[in-house]
Amino acid sequence: MSDAASFPQAARISVRNAQLRGNLRHATRTIRSKRARAVAELADWDRLRAAGAAIKDRTLRHLDQYLEQLEAAVTAAGGTVHWAVDADEANRIVTRLVKATGEKEVVKVKSMATQEIGLNEALAAAGIRAYETDLAELIVQLGADRPSHILVPAIHRNRTEIRDIFRRQMGAWGRPAPEDLSDSPAELAEAARLHLREKFLRAKVAISGANFMVAETGTLVVVESEGNGRMCLTLPQTLISVVGIEKTVPTWRDLEVFLQLLPRSSTAERMNPYTSTWTGTTDGDGPSEFHLVLLDNGRTDTLADQVGRQALRCIRCSACLNVCPVYERAGGHAYGSAYPGPIGAILTPQLRGTASALDASLPYASSLCGACYEVCPVAIDIPEVLVHLRERVAEGGSVTRNGARVTIRPAKGHAAERVAMRAARWAFEHPRALRAGERLAARTRRAHPARLPGEPWSASRDLPVVPPEPFRDWWQRTHGGKEAK
Amino acid sequence: MSSRETVLNRIRRALADVPVTEVPRDVPVDRCYLRRHGERTDEQSAELLAENLADYRAVVHRCTDAELPSRIASLLAAHGSRTVVAPAGAPARWLSESTGVERVPEDVTAHQLDTVDSVLTGCAVAIAETGTVVLDASPDQGRRRITLVPDHHICVVRVPEQVVDSVPEALERLSPQRPLTWISGPSATSDIELDRVEGVHGPRELEVVLVTS
Ligand code: SF4
Repeated sequence: MSDAASFPQAARISVRNAQLRGNLRHATRTIRSKRARAVAELADWDRLRAAGAAIKDRTLRHLDQYLEQLEAAVTAAGGTVHWAVDADEANRIVTRLVKATGEKEVVKVKSMATQEIGLNEALAAAGIRAYETDLAELIVQLGADRPSHILVPAIHRNRTEIRDIFRRQMGAWGRPAPEDLSDSPAELAEAARLHLREKFLRAKVAISGANFMVAETGTLVVVESEGNGRMCLTLPQTLISVVGIEKTVPTWRDLEVFLQLLPRSSTAERMNPYTSTWTGTTDGDGPSEFHLVLLDNGRTDTLADQVGRQALRCIRCSACLNVCPVYERAGGHAYGSAYPGPIGAILTPQLRGTASALDASLPYASSLCGACYEVCPVAIDIPEVLVHLRERVAEGGSVTRNGARVTIRPAKGHAAERVAMRAARWAFEHPRALRAGERLAARTRRAHPARLPGEPWSASRDLPVVPPEPFRDWWQRTHGGKEAK
Repeated sequence: MSSRETVLNRIRRALADVPVTEVPRDVPVDRCYLRRHGERTDEQSAELLAENLADYRAVVHRCTDAELPSRIASLLAAHGSRTVVAPAGAPARWLSESTGVERVPEDVTAHQLDTVDSVLTGCAVAIAETGTVVLDASPDQGRRRITLVPDHHICVVRVPEQVVDSVPEALERLSPQRPLTWISGPSATSDIELDRVEGVHGPRELEVVLVTS
């Protein structure tokens, strides 16, 4: 990844692309107001949010126990559990499992974990074709593109672009799009339905992620809208789920919190159209073979950081993207990983480390306005983690990489520092984005709880979590304003 | 060392700050959130369910138990259905007035299911606050794929027995051992410019019949 463009370079390209920026602005504004309404319907939202954060904290603080419990429950229910230390190992395991079935193609339901590890590319290298079945992922895959949003990966494409991609590319992958395909969303969806149905009906192997894994019962949960998830989870004979270890929740009852938080926070719905849960295998219903691949790939390193580990609470709702003034201007691709927006800015540098210019610049891809923290349904204090990671980039220190403690050198005077400075300057030089962010933060700051009830990690430390000062002041104080000029 | 041990050891080292005496319940989880959002009579819950289902573009019908067979017959007729898959445990009387509609057994192949016009099932529980019906693969609901491949799903909900107000109340009634499908309106996507479109892969039409005994 070291040759990847750094955040400011990539962001500049996006900003120049007026189409992308327009699509993005329209989309994030729409979802933002819808979400506010869906959240306002629940008088106990703050309590659900605190409970969600606390359940995740409980899980993370005893993750070894819960994973062992989960493994035992999945195994007892007829599933097979595999452990993958890193992306390569996960890819090898999945490739081996698919090869063992003798199949040359698999259907996939959107999964950020498999995107993170580059599974499609690994399968392709082994001669296995992976078909993405989520409409947005299909658009991305057919367009030989990269996703730019967690929830709406093709958010950067408008309907005319999508029609052109379908017309041009569908034929090369299977059933072609109708000649006279228009750009109405209904017709586009119909074309995708027909294109993918033949794949679902003949697929023998499916690959999924999961939104939650229940340790006590061994149950996996997939939350979706289109039904492609249901197709993948029920029609094929073999199901392989690749899931980050942090997706665990302790009990069945805990789902009552997350199944309220997630749909309202992500798609702004009371409930998403389809949620599937399964426990191992069921005779005569769904796949007869189920494999669960538990993925570390930097998560245990993240867990070792007492400030940064809260990023592992994330339920991938994407609310923080939709409120982020920097994301709105820069676009998802600028973040250079499967995880764009504020969550990407704190997760990627922890999962991958800050050795590359891009990863070192990510903690600076923010104006620290605090809007992301305000909307986060599991109360991840993203600004706090950003400041913490900036400190680490600037001053170096002790971190865990691949399970071992290492000391990283301060970035001062190094390429990484210069890139980081440019990223900060980039966020800083977009006053329109910044002002919007600061206004939002000013409006919400009073609502920020000083500390969440029952949040043990912050209890043991001094906060100020969100620096009380605005970004400009922070910049002046920590950098003397010199480089910012 | 196996990868399993490697990961577990890394976790234990990462959590060196967690006191060895700490057990999970030492990490407090305050469940002071609401069990349901508001107090409702059975009838009010049924109304809210109907309202929220309709809000997500499911078509809702209400009838008495005695009227159910004729109601189902008219829904199938209105849809022009000539074949309907119904699971083994769906009462024969549900289809007793649907003359001219062939009942397809649930164990047909996925390809055959793709040619069936409609599917008729019961449900395990329905959630008023979210407008959700939950299927748990019981005999009157059948295996999961029958409610997925056909384009038209008629789901029978018994009122008030099967209606709960909230997500917490629903989970309590459901068994994690059974494969569950939570359905809130027909299949939809907002992937194209966040414009909601009904029906990508699941049934594009969902009709829910609330039956009062
Ligand atoms: S960090 Fe919070 S708001 Fe952002 S995607 Fe994760 S859960 Fe959602």
